[in-house]
Amino acid sequence: MLQSILITFISAVFIDNFVVVKFLGICPFLGVSKRVKTAVGMGVAVIFVMGLASAVTWAVQSLVLDRLGLEYLQTLTFILVIAALVQLVEMVLQKTSQALYKALGIYLPLITTNCAVLGVCILNIEANHNFLISVLNGIFSGVGFTLAIVLFAGIRERLETAEVPKCLEGFPISLISASLVSLAFLGFQGLLK
Amino acid sequence: MVDILIAVAIVSGLGLLFGVGLSYAAKVFEVEVDERVVQVREALPGANCGACGFTGCDGYAAAVVEGQVETNGCPVGGNNVAQQIAAIMGVEPGKIKRTAARVLCNGRSSVSNEKYDYQGINSCVAASQLFSGHKACSYGCLGHGDCVAACQFDAITITGGIARVIEDRCRACGMCVLACPKGLIELIDKTKKYSVMCKSADKGAVTKSNCQVGCIGCMRCIKVCEHDAIHMDGTLAKIDYDKCTNCSQCSKVCPTMAIRVMDFGE
Repeated sequence: MLQSILITFISAVFIDNFVVVKFLGICPFLGVSKRVKTAVGMGVAVIFVMGLASAVTWAVQSLVLDRLGLEYLQTLTFILVIAALVQLVEMVLQKTSQALYKALGIYLPLITTNCAVLGVCILNIEANHNFLISVLNGIFSGVGFTLAIVLFAGIRERLETAEVPKCLEGFPISLISASLVSLAFLGFQGLLK
Repeated sequence: MVDILIAVAIVSGLGLLFGVGLSYAAKVFEVEVDERVVQVREALPGANCGACGFTGCDGYAAAVVEGQVETNGCPVGGNNVAQQIAAIMGVEPGKIKRTAARVLCNGRSSVSNEKYDYQGINSCVAASQLFSGHKACSYGCLGHGDCVAACQFDAITITGGIARVIEDRCRACGMCVLACPKGLIELIDKTKKYSVMCKSADKGAVTKSNCQVGCIGCMRCIKVCEHDAIHMDGTLAKIDYDKCTNCSQCSKVCPTMAIRVMDFGE
């Protein structure tokens, strides 16, 4: 049991990192990675949404969809679940931390359409994970997302003071840095057999 | 048929469940929003053009209520909206000078010379990368319409190879000013009819050889102006709009017709 949890952790955070290996959830990865602080905030929000979404979608899938033979409604209902959860996160954040709420801006509601969240839910079902592993996989995938976005935000903060060729200023150099981070993460491939 | 009904029932049931849950959460996590923000937002035109310096009308409305900015910060809404906002905030409305964008170049293709035949991308920015554009005058309007694309209000047209602003439609949001790679567009008081329609920093003789309607710096307008409103600024005559009285003398003496009556209504 402990072993499978550890394997889930390592594979979700490092080997199959959602952002830099599976290339899901790139929008907030590029959008909210200007400052480490907002990146951490975004990461925590995504961990929360991914964990909860994994739990709720697992329940919806096994208790409702599978029993009634309505598997084809998977995408629709999952998005419904995610949208509701994101709305909840938005309300909680607005109440608890105005500063973070403003810093995340449009990217907070955009978690709804963050394919990494939908991706983790669907992959949980496809891999036939049980409830515990599903939830943990969701949380760990969120941790992987946070790791990637915080690392990248650190790089971008450094980039601001670096001398960048004029034609690469702004997003081009960010994309190049992102590709290098991605290359670095590819080093984890083959860590687990 | 039954299958479909079950599917519909399941999805709407889930939706209802989440809806009820969320409305309960909304009560629990309710945040008090200053109702003046909503009122100010409703008074604004909602173009989200960014002319006020904020990301959109929402940002400006919040800043007004927080007292960071004046109530007359929306050039699109003009005095009318400024008064409404001032009424909501309970302060005196400040006057807005109605400005409109003006493209300060008269060099239509028929009166200006070309350096080369440009066949590239239809964009002023692209054209200006190539030996500062195809016009012989490196300061002139290239007429590919980057400003037209930037204008949300459909107020700019390309006529005779140069951009012209239809002042009745212009809301002075300033997006075209940013879009012009030659820096030819300025926001100028709408009531002032005369402008020096040239930005050439070349010497008079060079300007003259490039374009028939450029300002050659002859200073005749300066001598004739009774209101001390025109002065030299480098190689160009420059009108001080605070002093200009629309008396039209400068326009009459200008040998190249660089100072012209602005009448670009619809």
